[in-house]
Amino acid sequence: MKKLVVAASAVLMLTVGVALADAVGPNDVAMADAVVAESLTGVAGDPAAGRDIMINRKLGNCLACHVNSEIPEQPFHGEVGPPLDGVADRWTEGELRAILVDVKQAMNPESIMPSFYSLKLGARVAEKFEGKTILGAQQVEDVLAYLMTLKEE
Amino acid sequence: MIKVGGIFAAVGIAAMLASLVSPALADPDNNQLIIEGELIVTDVAAPDSSPLDHIYSGWRFRSPETQSLQMDDFENPGFVAVDAAAETWETADGSEGKSCASCHEDVSSLAGLRAELPKWDEATNKPATMENLINRCRTDRMGAEAWGWEQKEMVNMTALISLQSRGMPVNIQTDGPMAEWMEKGKDLYYTRVGQLNMSCSNCHEDNYGNQIRSDHLSQGQINGFPVYRLKWAGLGSIHRRFKGCMENIRATPFKRGSDEFIALEAYVASRGAGLAVETPSVRN
Ligand code: HEC
Ligand code: HEC
Repeated sequence: MKKLVVAASAVLMLTVGVALADAVGPNDVAMADAVVAESLTGVAGDPAAGRDIMINRKLGNCLACHVNSEIPEQPFHGEVGPPLDGVADRWTEGELRAILVDVKQAMNPESIMPSFYSLKLGARVAEKFEGKTILGAQQVEDVLAYLMTLKEE
Repeated sequence: MIKVGGIFAAVGIAAMLASLVSPALADPDNNQLIIEGELIVTDVAAPDSSPLDHIYSGWRFRSPETQSLQMDDFENPGFVAVDAAAETWETADGSEGKSCASCHEDVSSLAGLRAELPKWDEATNKPATMENLINRCRTDRMGAEAWGWEQKEMVNMTALISLQSRGMPVNIQTDGPMAEWMEKGKDLYYTRVGQLNMSCSNCHEDNYGNQIRSDHLSQGQINGFPVYRLKWAGLGSIHRRFKGCMENIRATPFKRGSDEFIALEAYVASRGAGLAVETPSVRN
């Protein structure tokens, strides 16, 4: 039984490995004029997965800081950042990707918002998270695909 | 929200007028902390060195339910610890056969101490916290074993001794030999740490009053410590809280009792100068 699990997870790691090999590494993302034009993975993002990542406290936890009325079933939305309602009307896809990848480079070097696909981390990063980005490349694309659905106009 | 017409108009206008003078929803509330008939000051003008105009106790950011637990010593769950410590105070321990009371008599003789800690300590040539001072009595004067920083007996005792200063304004030395430690603490306060890459100031200076998901951010003051946290189901030290905040931003925390946390404690205490000691506070 244990062997099976190990084998299965090895296969899983392999597939993740392949996906990662195709992804642009966090130090190689091309950001120009606060735009990241190219997809990080070349694989279209999944908006439903992106919505879950926004909610999940261990992943995006975007609701910690942003109100988003498209997720009314979640009780607590923070007010540290601007509401995300209609965010796709205000920003292009490339701009939103840049904000997600590294908000400090894209918008505001002093921002409290975490840079989700960057290795410019704070001091004393906990061992478990050392050398790791908060979200994976595909997860960024998923969140982005979801943000692109937030239109009011 | 404000309805116009009939009775709602009157209420609406009253609410509008009130909102001109009272802070918006995001700000600390206007409730008053009265314990045993005594008003405890929960906001004052900030000390000169502060980047803020006005400082507030963490109590002002808690829900009315949590607030009320602190308004009655019989309801305040922190008093179980205080009572336990009162017994320890009288109990002899160690090779010298002494209790705290053997030297200090009534614990009220230590009124005022909490308000000025951490303070410069010639013996060790660095600032001493209450935990440091308690352990010195235990090892050097009682011949007893030092307590661990977060050991129950220690946290309980810091609560009992701090309670003697309840209502007194925090008044900590920042100059002379303390100046260097204040600088060090300040550096730590503004240094971004962890994978989430945030500093204490990002949350407690730039965003106090805002909700961060289900938490209403306070200024991160320490005038109520040790606090009884419902989440901990018990009392916790200042350094435990610092550690928790660092872990939340995915940083490796400093150790309780480390020079770093002592420096941070001293600096954070100085940011709260003038606030009344509130130990034992109740938090969610
Ligand atoms: C700790 C707080 C925090 C978290 C967590 C956070 N943000 Fe932000 N976000 C902010 C702040 C503050 C701003 C405003 C920019 C600045 O800092 O100057 C912002 C700006 C933005 C903007 C630009 C909005 C506009 O209209 O200008 C977008 C889009 C955004 N965030 C999306 C996200 C997403 C998606 C996540 C999660 C994957 C997230 N944020 C997580 C605090 C946060
Ligand atoms: C991501 C946001 C965040 C960061 C960064 C942060 N804290 Fe906190 N802190 C909180 C929250 C949320 C609470 C609980 C609500 C409150 O009292 O603000 C809290 C509570 C506290 C309290 C208890 C206040 C009371 O009255 O009970 C102290 C003290 C404190 N923080 C100090 C610090 C220090 C020092 C740092 C830096 C090492 C820090 N915090 C970093 C979010 C943060």
